[in-house]
Amino acid sequence: MDWTALALSLRLGAATVLILLPLGIFLGRALAFHQFRGKGFAEALLALPLVLPPTVLGYYLLLAFGGNSPLGQAWQALVGQSLVFSFEGLLFASVIVNIPFAIQPMQRGFEAIPTEVREAAACSGLPPWRVLWMIDLPLAWPGIVTGLVLAFAHTLGEFGVVLMVGGSIPGETRTIAVAIYDRVQAFDNRAAGIMSALLLVLSFAALGISYVLSRRIGRRHG
Amino acid sequence: MDERGLSVQLRQAGPIPLAVDFSCAQGELLALIGPSGSGKTTTLRAIAGVYRVRDGRVSCGGAVWLDSKHGLDLPPHRRRVGFVFQNYALFPHMTALRNVVAALGHRPASERGPRARELLATVHLQGYEERWPAELSGGQQQRVAVARALAREPAVLLLDEPFSAVDRRTRRKLHAELAELRQSVSIPIVLVTHDIEEAAGLADRMCVIDRGETLQTGRPAELLAAPASSRVAAALDLPDADD
Repeated sequence: MDWTALALSLRLGAATVLILLPLGIFLGRALAFHQFRGKGFAEALLALPLVLPPTVLGYYLLLAFGGNSPLGQAWQALVGQSLVFSFEGLLFASVIVNIPFAIQPMQRGFEAIPTEVREAAACSGLPPWRVLWMIDLPLAWPGIVTGLVLAFAHTLGEFGVVLMVGGSIPGETRTIAVAIYDRVQAFDNRAAGIMSALLLVLSFAALGISYVLSRRIGRRHG
Repeated sequence: MDERGLSVQLRQAGPIPLAVDFSCAQGELLALIGPSGSGKTTTLRAIAGVYRVRDGRVSCGGAVWLDSKHGLDLPPHRRRVGFVFQNYALFPHMTALRNVVAALGHRPASERGPRARELLATVHLQGYEERWPAELSGGQQQRVAVARALAREPAVLLLDEPFSAVDRRTRRKLHAELAELRQSVSIPIVLVTHDIEEAAGLADRMCVIDRGETLQTGRPAELLAAPASSRVAAALDLPDADD
């Protein structure tokens, strides 16, 4: 059992979710409540990581983060180390890969709020930030939690993009999914089996929690 | 006209054509009547500021809320409207009491609870404070919506077909309660309805609207006796639709 890889995966999942929470609420809400030119294009762009092969996505991220790219060079100048094959690079990649997993449920959560309820809030004298706090977030929270749970579970299991952008540096970029692959390559099936079972249980528990929460809120409000 | 009443002028060619002109004095109940899809609800939503019109002027309680010519268009939370939506639009995750408290943001926090209880008592909902909207009947939900609309101390009360989703008996009761409510508040009240008997029974004046255009305003008896045109008669579905 590679505890370092598990700890790194959990750290990566938590950091990804922490970044995607405000980003998902902002983008999900904007897509749910506003009509604008090119909305379909924006939605398609955000959904791309769902259908792109992880190696393709990983390849483009590798190019975007590499030492020859403006982003890679800016990062190198700012932090003094390379963005590829680092935890920070992995985190950037993880956020991008998980955008659709987080945003789509959040968007559906906001879309499910009846327009009139939000209008009634504004007519009750609530300024937009209070409508967000008192109406949007409490009513859309099953969608928000589902988005975060899916993103977290998906981060634990992501393999192709991690390998392309991060490689397999112990304690830095070797996640539990990569560690499983390494153990299988080394014919250590016992360790691979334990880690696979753990990932299976974690993923099932995460999804179970999101379904139970969604159902509970639905019952309470009739 | 009464400076503190409601004055509405709305103009736009599309997407929903509007040519609306009417006013409603303090303490007056004006019924906006017309067939389905005639622009009644859109007019109310434009007054509240949740629908934006291209061109218009709306003033109420001595304040100008919309003046397109001078680039003024206050957002809904800055217009003192009490809006009762057709399906009530209660906040489903808040109890009846919290629904009313939510609209009391202009009051000090310590006063909100007692004031909300007072308002719920006014609409005969004592003992229902901790109920969720899903646990209330249609008539009770409508009363919570009225209490919430009044909580804001509005300069105008806008009622969008508030009696359409309840049975006849409840409707009769709610009609009586609206008449009772008018004794205690002296603000303009605009009632949207397509029910001519309801409009004639409750309103001081009726304003007929058809395809986004206000056609005629007058006392119910006068208007029903002498519709200004065949279009008015048709909009009111009067038997004699001749000029």
